[in-house]
Formats: sequence, structure tokens, C-alpha cells
Amino acid sequence: MGEPSLSRLLPVEAIVTGIQVPDWRGAIRAAGELLVATGVSTEPYVRQMQDAVEEYGPYIVIAPGLALAHARPSPDVLRTGLSWAGLATPVAFGHAQNDPVHLVIGLAAVDHDGHSSALSRLARMLADPTRLEALTSAPDARRIHAIITEYETSQE
Amino acid sequence: MKILAVCGMGIGTSVLLKSNAERAAQDLGLDADVEVADIGTARGAAATADVVLTSGELAAELGDIGVPVVVIDNFIDGDEVREKLGAAVG
Repeated sequence: MGEPSLSRLLPVEAIVTGIQVPDWRGAIRAAGELLVATGVSTEPYVRQMQDAVEEYGPYIVIAPGLALAHARPSPDVLRTGLSWAGLATPVAFGHAQNDPVHLVIGLAAVDHDGHSSALSRLARMLADPTRLEALTSAPDARRIHAIITEYETSQE
Repeated sequence: MKILAVCGMGIGTSVLLKSNAERAAQDLGLDADVEVADIGTARGAAATADVVLTSGELAAELGDIGVPVVVIDNFIDGDEVREKLGAAVG
């Protein structure tokens, strides 16, 4: 193993809720600024995440209401990490099935697979409708982080 | 058999697809290796694959590659991957 835990890759400082953004670019920016603020990436990575949607389309909207904003590993990624931006008002990304988006998870990775078990764990956690509801209706970052930590502990 | 999970950048959705596809293959009783490729290397990697899993946009970009391409809409829903993979290889 040796792979960092989900609760460490997504610290409480990298989580915000109820943020107001004008559009999908703003939504990605919100998640990206959290990566920058927590020392995961530098500023240019935020633009790279937006550019990835321009280039490959809105497939980063991986499930109804949920976008996984990310770009390629690059020198602008300082360490592997995640962020969580809960939106006050959902925004459209142009995805045929999964719009509108109310939660953007930001991901920056230094390589292609060092984060794979943490990311898979995150996906399994979000795939449970009851837990997803608890997470998206949580009042603040601290509560969200606590739910994630509880889930992760239960899986060990 | 070889299952290829394709995404744009090789760190996000393909990682999720790989995890779901491995569990789906196990549920379906398939002896499968799941590999990951980004869109740039997918055509070459698909030459030795039996089935490709990807998103709608990237499937359109891949075009006809000579093996079945299964389009996944929900990357965290293991049931969708299992049903579509089962239908493609069954």
C-alpha cells in the first residue's frame, strides 16, 4: 500500500460548501483555487483543468450532478491531492445525461496511478445515494470531512 | 481477455473505470486484465484489447477501432459498467 488516505488527500481546508459560481468555468476555478490554497498545485493548473473540458468535452461530469475536474500530471502539480467545491446553485457543463453539476471534486496527481485506490474509494463512497445525500446536505466542511473519515475507517 | 479503459488524461475517469471494470469482470466471472490508456495512446492500445470502455465524447473521437466500444455515462455506478460490459462480451 503506502498510498495516502482519502481523508489526507482531501483535508478539511480543501472543502467548501455553498459557493456561488456563474458557470462551469467558475465551478472548476472554485475547485482549482482550493488546490492552489492547500499547496497541491500552482495557479496555471486551474486553467489546465478548464482547458481539458474545452479539449475533451464535459465527460469529467462522471455522475449525475458530480464533476471530477482534473488535468494531466504536469510541473504545476506540486503533490497529489483533492478538493471539494459544493455549489449553492447548480451549473450546466453541457453533459447530455449528468447535468446540472452541484459538486466539483478537483484532482491533481503527480503520476497516473499513485492515487488510484483513494480515488476508487471516493467513487464508491459517492455511489451510495444515502451517503451522497448526507455529504451534499452537510452544513460545513468539518462535517463533510468527518463523514469521509468515518467511511474510510469503516472500510479498513 | 483484455479490457481497455480510455479517458482524456489517464488519471481520473479511467482510474474509476478500471476499478469498476475489475469488479464487474469478477462479478461476471470473466478472466480479464483491465488496462488504462489516455485518448492519445488508445488506438494503439486497443489493437490488443477485446473491449474498450469510455465516455460518449471520447467514443466519438475514437471512432471505429475494430473492437466493441462501450459507452459509460456514470463512472461511479458499478452496476452500469457490469450491465454494459456483460452485454458487450456476453
